[in-house]
Formats: sequence, C-alpha cells, structure tokens
Amino acid sequence: MNLVPFPLLAVATSHLLHLSGIDALIILIYFCFVLGIGFYLKRFTKTSEDFFLAGRSMTAWIAGLSFLSANLGSLELMGWAGATYQYGILAAHWYWIGAVPAMLLLGMIMMPFYYISKTHSVPGYLQLRFGNKSRTLAAITFGVMTILMSGINMFAMALVMKVVLGWNLDISIWVSSLTVATYVVFGGLLSAIFNEVLQFMLIWLGALVIPILGLTEAGGWSGMVKRIHEQFPATDYTHLWSPLSSFSANPMGIHWTGIVFGLGCVLAMGYWTTDFLVVQRVLSAKDLRAAKMAPIIGAFFKMLVPIIVILPGLLALAVLPIKLVPENAAVAGAHTYNEVLPLMLARYAGPGLLGLGITALIAGFMSGMAGNVSAFSTVWTYDIYRPLLKPNAADTHYVTVGRWSTLIGVLVSIGAAYLCMQFKSIMDYVQALFSFFIAPLFGTVLLGMLWKRATNAGGFWGLLAGIGSSIGMYAWVKINPAAIKYIALSDHAQDMAENMYRALWSWVICVAVTIILSYATKPRPAEELTGLVRSCTPIPTEGHYPLMQRPSFWAVIVILIFLILNFIFR
Amino acid sequence: MKEHIVSIWYLIGQIMVVYGILIGGAGIYYCFYPPPEQLALTHLHADLWWGVFMLALGVFYLSKFRPSKTKN
Repeated sequence: MNLVPFPLLAVATSHLLHLSGIDALIILIYFCFVLGIGFYLKRFTKTSEDFFLAGRSMTAWIAGLSFLSANLGSLELMGWAGATYQYGILAAHWYWIGAVPAMLLLGMIMMPFYYISKTHSVPGYLQLRFGNKSRTLAAITFGVMTILMSGINMFAMALVMKVVLGWNLDISIWVSSLTVATYVVFGGLLSAIFNEVLQFMLIWLGALVIPILGLTEAGGWSGMVKRIHEQFPATDYTHLWSPLSSFSANPMGIHWTGIVFGLGCVLAMGYWTTDFLVVQRVLSAKDLRAAKMAPIIGAFFKMLVPIIVILPGLLALAVLPIKLVPENAAVAGAHTYNEVLPLMLARYAGPGLLGLGITALIAGFMSGMAGNVSAFSTVWTYDIYRPLLKPNAADTHYVTVGRWSTLIGVLVSIGAAYLCMQFKSIMDYVQALFSFFIAPLFGTVLLGMLWKRATNAGGFWGLLAGIGSSIGMYAWVKINPAAIKYIALSDHAQDMAENMYRALWSWVICVAVTIILSYATKPRPAEELTGLVRSCTPIPTEGHYPLMQRPSFWAVIVILIFLILNFIFR
Repeated sequence: MKEHIVSIWYLIGQIMVVYGILIGGAGIYYCFYPPPEQLALTHLHADLWWGVFMLALGVFYLSKFRPSKTKN
C-alpha cells in the first residue's frame, strides 16, 4: 500500500487530483461492496413485484433515503456547487422551494392515489385514469428520455473523471455502467435501493469534510460572509430573496415570480411528483403510512443537502486564492465553476479522505444511473412490452424481460454516451427535450387526481398540447433569441429563467386544454374513478396513529423548518 | 425456514468500519510522517478524526443492526 503523499492541487499538471494507493483501495472496496450487495440480494428477487417494486416491503426511512439518493447524482453535486460559485446562495432555491413543497405534495396529497391504485408506474396511473393513449405517450417519452439522459450523465461523469483525475473515458464509462448493470440485473429495484442508501451515506461522509474544514478556515458563517463581501463587493452572493425583486438585480436574471411559480409551483412539482425515477422508490414502501412518510423524510434531508453542495460553493468564493471562470471562457491553466468541488476537496483532503471524496462522487453517479435504468426497465416491461407486445405471459417471463431490459438499457445508455462524445450539442438538446415533458405531465396527473370531471380525451390532448407548446417556445427562442422577452418576461433572462417560465406556460396550456376538452366530452362514471380521484376515494385517516407517527405531523415540522430557513437567509 | 434479508444498516456498518480503519490509519501515519505538500488545516488531522468517527459509527451500526437482533 502506498501511503506516500502526492501533490494534490496541481494546477500546472494536466489534471487536478492525484490518487494514492490508499485512495485507490477505498474506491476498489466500494466497487466490490456494491457488486456483493447485488449478488447477495439476487436470491430475494423472484417475482415481478420483488424485481420492479422491491416486494413493496421497504420501510419509510429506506424508501425516503433512496428517493433522495436517486436524485443526488454527482453531476448534481458538482454542478450546483459550481452554480453557487456563479450565482451565490440563490442556487439553494433548487433545494428548498424547488423541492420541499413538491415532496410534501407528493407525500400528503398524491401518494395515496399512486399507492391505493396499486399502479406499478406513473404511466400506469395515467392508463387507469385517462386510458391507453395517455399511458403510451407518457411511457415512450419517459423511456427514451431516461435512457438518453442516463447516457449523457455517463459521458459527463467520465469527462469529469478525465479532467479531475486523468482517467481514461472508455474505462470510466464501461466499468461504472457495467457495475450498475450487474447489481440491478441481479437484485432489481431491491438492489438499487440498498445501494442507493449506502451511496447516500457515502456521499455525505465523503463531502461533509469540505464544509466543516471550510467553515473552520473561514472563521464560521459570519467570517465567510465577510470575506465574500470583501472580495466581491459589487455582487450579493449571500441573500436568498432580496436580490429577486427585479430581473436585473441578480446574476441569474430572474424575478421572484419565476422562482415561486415557475420553479416551486410547476417545475419542481412536476419533477418530484411525476418523474417515475423518484416516484418508483416511494412505491416500494411497505404500507400507505410509510409511502406518505418517505417523501417527508426525503424533504427533511433535502433541506440539509445545501450543507454539502451550496456551502462548498460559497466557501470557495471566500477562501480560494484563484478566481474560477465560466465553461465557455476557460483557457489553459484556468479552472471552471464546475471544478469547485474537486478544488475544495484538493484543498482539504489528503490520502484516504481524498479516496472517500472521489468514492462519494462515483457513488452519486452510480445511484443516479441505477435510478434511471431500474425506472426504465419497469416502464418498458409494464407499460410498453406487456400491454403492446405480450399481454398474458407468466410472471417469471416479465422478470426475465426486466433483467434483459436493464442490461439493454445500460448498453443503449453507453451508446448515447459515445454519441455525445462525437456530437456534444446533442447534450443540450436532449436535456431540453426532457424538460418539455415534466411540466405538462404534472398538469395532467394533478387534474387526474383532484378533478373527477377530467376525461380521457381531455387528459391525452392536454398532455400533448403542453408538450407541443413547450417544444414550440423552445424552438421560437432558438430561432429568434429576442423572443425570450415574451417567454421569460425580460431581456435579462438567462437559460435557467427561460426554463422556469417555459415550464409555467406549458403547464398552463396543458391545464387549460384539459379543462376545455373535458367539459366538451363525456365524463367517466364516478364508480370507475374509485382509488384514482380524491373526491371518489376514501383516504385512510391517520387518527389511530400516535402523534409522532403521523405523516401530517412531520409534514408540518418540515414546513416550519423550511419557512425558518428561508427567513434566516432571506 | 424463510431467510431474512440482512439490514442495509448492518451492511453500511461493515463498509464504515473498513473505511474508518483505512482513513484513520492513514491519519495516524501522517501524524508521524507529515506529507511534504501542505494542505490547508493539516494540523487539525481531519483524516484521523474522520476515520475515528466513521469507525465508531460503523461499530454502532454493526452492533445495533446485527442479523440475530433484526429481521430487516
């Protein structure tokens, strides 16, 4: 074992970090461990319920941490740390108002319908509520986009490993993705969830060192704020709401209405309540109370994630002796915003801790990818293969299809990663494509659950109109950049602001079309909507649980903490 | 007799113990042979304390969730 220290912040060399023998050993142990979990759990996944929904036996804690971990990819960690260096604490909106209310909506309002209807997926719920056309539209778009996104993330992660560690792109892509494929093929969702909880712990343990040591060096929170103000007197990096009073008062070029309505009320609600990647984890809960508690537990930890993502970005503003630059302005020897987290790791972590930090990044990537492929495999098997290709096969047949579709999904993702390597602009287009579906799907599912008058035709055409209008607005701005003042209400709007407002308008169009067409068509009888719509479904009460075990009690606690955090950092 | 799945917390305890020993061990090594390249705040020996913390957490999980005591 090589314990000889290596130079860790090597600006002059071709990559940022050098691993020692002990770091390599820590990473190797991680790979062996996750594969071992997959092998061990294979014997417990015999039926399709086991493979696709982990036997619906997970506790609220495990489902909740897995729900959060599937979203906590390494690109998210590094990307938002970089965004914090660029935009300041405004980036925390994506963890607080851009997540917490949506998670509570999922847990308290929407989860009972997903759970009581016994659906296996979000497209499956659409089939029960709005018929086959809506299900097929949602399933195909979700399946294609999930696999492409997985490939993009894979390529981006390999690129990061090349820049930070000098690792070969091909080796990074194949080793990490085949490891994920192996443990998901063996143990299905059960294995994905077990590994996600492990990865959640490792992400925290690997990343928490940076804010602890960073705050120690900067002299606590007040010392950090003082240093930032001294170094960047012209820009407000440390307030969450006060710079949002006008479009031009903050570096994002966004108004508070975009954050509250575009991000908080539409985009976040859409992602956290209808993206099957995260909803699938909650569906694995052992009973309705656990299913309601899981997103609440997730919301609590989501509020804490800024400690390991936003705080390192702010600390970098305070303590790094170099100035980072945007991606498009990078020159030789300069470091970009996205390198904030590795740079901070290099500043504080020696051999051993560095290996743990890199393991955290790899764990983040693998948890995100496992989430993608396990969700893809479920939607492919239940919502495309079974209804359209082979409706009446034995249960074991669908488990086999699930295993094969996991493997094929990973291979297609690898293909997409190599496609990105050749044509980098594909990344931008596919990420935009994914955003087209989220907001309208939320409109359709929400109306489906809360409004019994919504009809099959209204649901399908509303969804299609929302997706179409989102694509139309995106194309309009691409063809004529001046159109951004109509979409995002300001000439100052940046890409993020445009996304917020485009989501808001496409949701409004989806809802409007659904309502108009529903009034023009014949509604379904109320008895067909039992278990699917709020006013037609008796929801089990929580009254018989002690106060401390009631989801509504913990939801109130989370709301209070959320409000206090927003007030403190206003 | 039906086999029960080992608790995920027990598995997490295992890897934490291993990592705690490795990282804490590296921390002890660097107490005696400090690295020539100075990192920020090296004198705090973060690796040593973090290793001890992980080891303690790992031992706690191993003892609290060992298979004979829990079903899942």
